[in-house]
Amino acid sequence: MEVAGSQDITQELSKEMFRAVETGIKEEGERLIELQIGPAHPGSGHMRILAWVDGDVVVRCDPDIGFVHRTIEKLSENRAYIKTIPLVERPSLLDTTPMTIGYVNAVEKLMGVDVPPRAKYLRTILAEITRIASHFYGIGILAIFLGHSTGFMWAFGDREVMIELATMLTGARITYAYAIPGGVRRDMPQSFPDAVEKGLRYIEKRLKDWEKIFLNNPVVERRLRDVGILKPNVARMLGVTGPNVRASGIDYDVRMVEPYEAYDEIDFMIPVAEEGDSYARGLIRFKEIEQSINIIRQAIKKIPDGEIISPQISRLFNPLMKKIYAEQRRVKLPSLMATLKPPKGEAMARVEAGRGEALFHVVSDGSTNPYRFRFVTPSFRNVILFKYLIPGHRVADIPAIYGSLDYFPPEADR
Amino acid sequence: MSQPGIKDPDLNSLLSILNDELKELVSKIYADKTEKVIYIEVAKERIMDLAKKLFYLGFDHVKSVSAVDYPREKRLELMVHVGSYLRVVRKYTIVIKSSLDRDNPRVPTLTSVWPSAEFHERETWEMFGVYFENHPDLRRLLLPEEFEGKWPMRKDFRIVTRKAGEAEAPWK
Repeated sequence: MEVAGSQDITQELSKEMFRAVETGIKEEGERLIELQIGPAHPGSGHMRILAWVDGDVVVRCDPDIGFVHRTIEKLSENRAYIKTIPLVERPSLLDTTPMTIGYVNAVEKLMGVDVPPRAKYLRTILAEITRIASHFYGIGILAIFLGHSTGFMWAFGDREVMIELATMLTGARITYAYAIPGGVRRDMPQSFPDAVEKGLRYIEKRLKDWEKIFLNNPVVERRLRDVGILKPNVARMLGVTGPNVRASGIDYDVRMVEPYEAYDEIDFMIPVAEEGDSYARGLIRFKEIEQSINIIRQAIKKIPDGEIISPQISRLFNPLMKKIYAEQRRVKLPSLMATLKPPKGEAMARVEAGRGEALFHVVSDGSTNPYRFRFVTPSFRNVILFKYLIPGHRVADIPAIYGSLDYFPPEADR
Repeated sequence: MSQPGIKDPDLNSLLSILNDELKELVSKIYADKTEKVIYIEVAKERIMDLAKKLFYLGFDHVKSVSAVDYPREKRLELMVHVGSYLRVVRKYTIVIKSSLDRDNPRVPTLTSVWPSAEFHERETWEMFGVYFENHPDLRRLLLPEEFEGKWPMRKDFRIVTRKAGEAEAPWK
């Protein structure tokens, strides 16, 4: 195995990475002002950004997170395996399905349960629906940070279409808990493909409007272009993930790298931009919405008939559950699952959530609760960018950079 | 980024490369049954050498630094997930495991090799009390400033809940 050029990376990178920080540092004796942005700032969400400014230029930046820390990892150690499924989607409320898929995948690997193809497709469809919703949310926040309130309203309106589709599939608006070990909870209703097509057509039409009002808007361009440039090498050093790293020219996407669910049977592209500035990060999200539309269309077309729950689980059903499953295609978890005891061992799963790669590592000691559950969300991996990306910029650029990173504090704090 | 024409190594060839490169450093290398995750067990004195070797093999970022507590065996197990953006090896995740003394867990920081470990190490410090030597900025990250009590993610941490209407937090 040959890895070209990795030898000279260390020196070159660390130089490049700290340049912004170094150029900002002033001689001794000059006064810096400590600026606290948040935690009650309407824009910053539940975090505080400590910025030391010299005049209008940020010299040092320290993200202070943890205001919405919910101890998901500790809580899961005191809960049965299936009760952690709704727990993992709480931190990342805008983007719940990939999180449940990742956790359930890890548990399935521990248990050795296979998932029927139809369930895999259903999970894929829902994951892409929530990805579109999550990207619209991110775009809306970026727009309002720039003072573009129309963009904010539009994004939340368009997100609603996706939420309605998800409601049709799962019965819930935000917290679906759709994936369960061995399959999914409900089959899709008969009218679902038509509704999806209608919704996707609407989104496609709206994307053209978005181009006019947002992407080609001179004010938006001036605020975002060449602001917060993340160079590919720095992105690699900092372990950045998701659309933020793809906007810096690195085509890293778990759906492509290590396909899970039905992604290996679907033909799609990973949009990559080279510039690495805030504008590119916004643009990538629009391109990904297009790709998600493409994935949903293919998945709806290709979805096979068959079971939505693995026979390994459905053989535990009692007669009433069997009747419900046969008549309504709805899965009720067998009571045995409440005391589910996967064999001793450990399993890791990773998924591409809307904001990037999420990692799930479950250690089992053979009891009813996970012995240790390590849960790394994409926002937690991206939070380091505040420290290394913002210094050297003006205070007025902080909202633009923050918005373009699509950082979601509850997701980072877990 | 990878060069065109280089074939992706399959698991066996990657394992043999790792075995050749690391055999003096580590005690055990094995893959799990999904064939995407490779576990490496190493003594904590060798962890820096291992990190440098892995970096030069193309594993350029850390996905997670964390620990698992085993109070009965009186040890903390450091667990580091390492990945790569390089096309040739990016489908593999390496999990470095290293046993630490539970009473005084100290380990050299990985941030000098992988700057991406910075915030993960801060989290592991406040949650498990693992002290990362020479870390540039080892402070609390997620816990509130007024939080008292030691190492909440360890197994022997007592969980206390506040009843409704109780003014003072019981842990104070």
